[in-house]
Amino acid sequence: MKTPPFPEEDLNAYLDGELPPPRCDEVAAWLDNDPEAAAAMQAYVSQNRGIKQLFGAVAHEPLPERLVRAARAPGATGTAAVPGAPAVSQASAAPAALSAQESPAIPQAGKSLPRWSPYRLAAGILIAIGAGAAGWVAHGQWGTPGTLPGQAVAQGAQQSGGMRQASAMAAFVHQAAVAHAVYTPDVRRPVEIPADQEEQLVKWLSKRLNAKVKPPRLGALGYELIGGRLLPGASGPVAQFMYHDASERRLTLYVSADNKDNKDTAFRFAQEGDVSVFYWIDGRFGYALSANIGKAELAQLATAVYGQLEQRDGK
Amino acid sequence: MEHAAAPLSPEQLEQLLLGCLPSLRRYAHALAGERTAADDLVQETLARAWERAASWSGSGDVRPWLFSIMHNLRIDQARKPSLATVPLDDEAMAIPDHLRQPDSLALRDLDNALRKLPSDYREVLLLIALEDMSYAQAAEVLGCPIGSVMSRLSRARAQLRTLLDAKPEPGLKLVQT
Repeated sequence: MKTPPFPEEDLNAYLDGELPPPRCDEVAAWLDNDPEAAAAMQAYVSQNRGIKQLFGAVAHEPLPERLVRAARAPGATGTAAVPGAPAVSQASAAPAALSAQESPAIPQAGKSLPRWSPYRLAAGILIAIGAGAAGWVAHGQWGTPGTLPGQAVAQGAQQSGGMRQASAMAAFVHQAAVAHAVYTPDVRRPVEIPADQEEQLVKWLSKRLNAKVKPPRLGALGYELIGGRLLPGASGPVAQFMYHDASERRLTLYVSADNKDNKDTAFRFAQEGDVSVFYWIDGRFGYALSANIGKAELAQLATAVYGQLEQRDGK
Repeated sequence: MEHAAAPLSPEQLEQLLLGCLPSLRRYAHALAGERTAADDLVQETLARAWERAASWSGSGDVRPWLFSIMHNLRIDQARKPSLATVPLDDEAMAIPDHLRQPDSLALRDLDNALRKLPSDYREVLLLIALEDMSYAQAAEVLGCPIGSVMSRLSRARAQLRTLLDAKPEPGLKLVQT
């Protein structure tokens, strides 16, 4: 390998998204010209993927009871939501538990929670169960973290129409996050129909969703379409498009076409475990963009996706 | 958009810990390679987290804090060889139970190669590649400067690449490093 004009660490930092943008261009240019450096990068990308495949599944397993107990406050009487427990018992346990556990340390309504919102729970823990889905009901607008369970339930009682849409959205986002977590780890068959058959993919999905559904182009942000699949949504079929970038980080766009509430929403953000989701409603379409990246980066992508979709519809 | 941290209630910390649990468990399994030992480590980590809860300011990400507790526990354990350990038998070491897929030959090679890496290289690589931590977060977990994270990581990847490119010698018995 020709001696690169920068240290190995920079190559790694570039791969891990830790290199400042101006330096990125230099490294990218070098990689274009040095096949051995590019081969090293490729090997590292493949290692990352392999490591996730090798060990990733553990995070999706049901948690052993003894670990859940150990995560609880010493002396607690089992009031927190139990991951993996049936949704029914969560619904009945949660509201009672919350009133018993009111603490003066809980921030007041209107004050934002710190960045480390307690609602970073793994996919599957808090199933959207209608009005009882404490914490999922009010994600708040982009930039405003969600409210606490007690407050959400109280708010919910006052807004039943909004609640219906809110809980439908909560289910939608949860499904998008789970679909992301389920399909993105697959090395061999991450999608049903690959990007080289995009025309067929678009035809098929549009027919099934009964609406024109076309994947946006994210090349400018470094993401390429891998392909797509059809999935069951809460009330009808949904489309999932999957993208990847140079370091094999994957992004999915989950699209439904049966929104009946006719209330457009602004961008909202949710986090389920490792999966970040930006979502919004636009007429009859619901969109959820999911990735295992930070909120700021995902926000940029969400804006680009939204922009593309706007453009296409000629608004 | 950081806010001054309100003191954490036990309920809030509980939610945070439950949220981190799948990821902590995943990391422990990747490090320990054996289920019971991994879960034991997670359980001890959580116990210690509660012991230390009062001293944690609540600002910053809970994950690096929690992972650093696990990291320090492992260091302590390594210093005390008299602690009961799970017996290592070839069956447990050869194919971890999560690898029962037909096309896992390449993954098995990766697994073997990872075990050959020095443990501090393996840790950094797992924190970045498996746990998607930032360099800063990994540095916090390992209690070292970011520069160390970067150099260990690049060496880990280069060494792993070399190990994977090398043809396995027939009859070579795998040893846990």
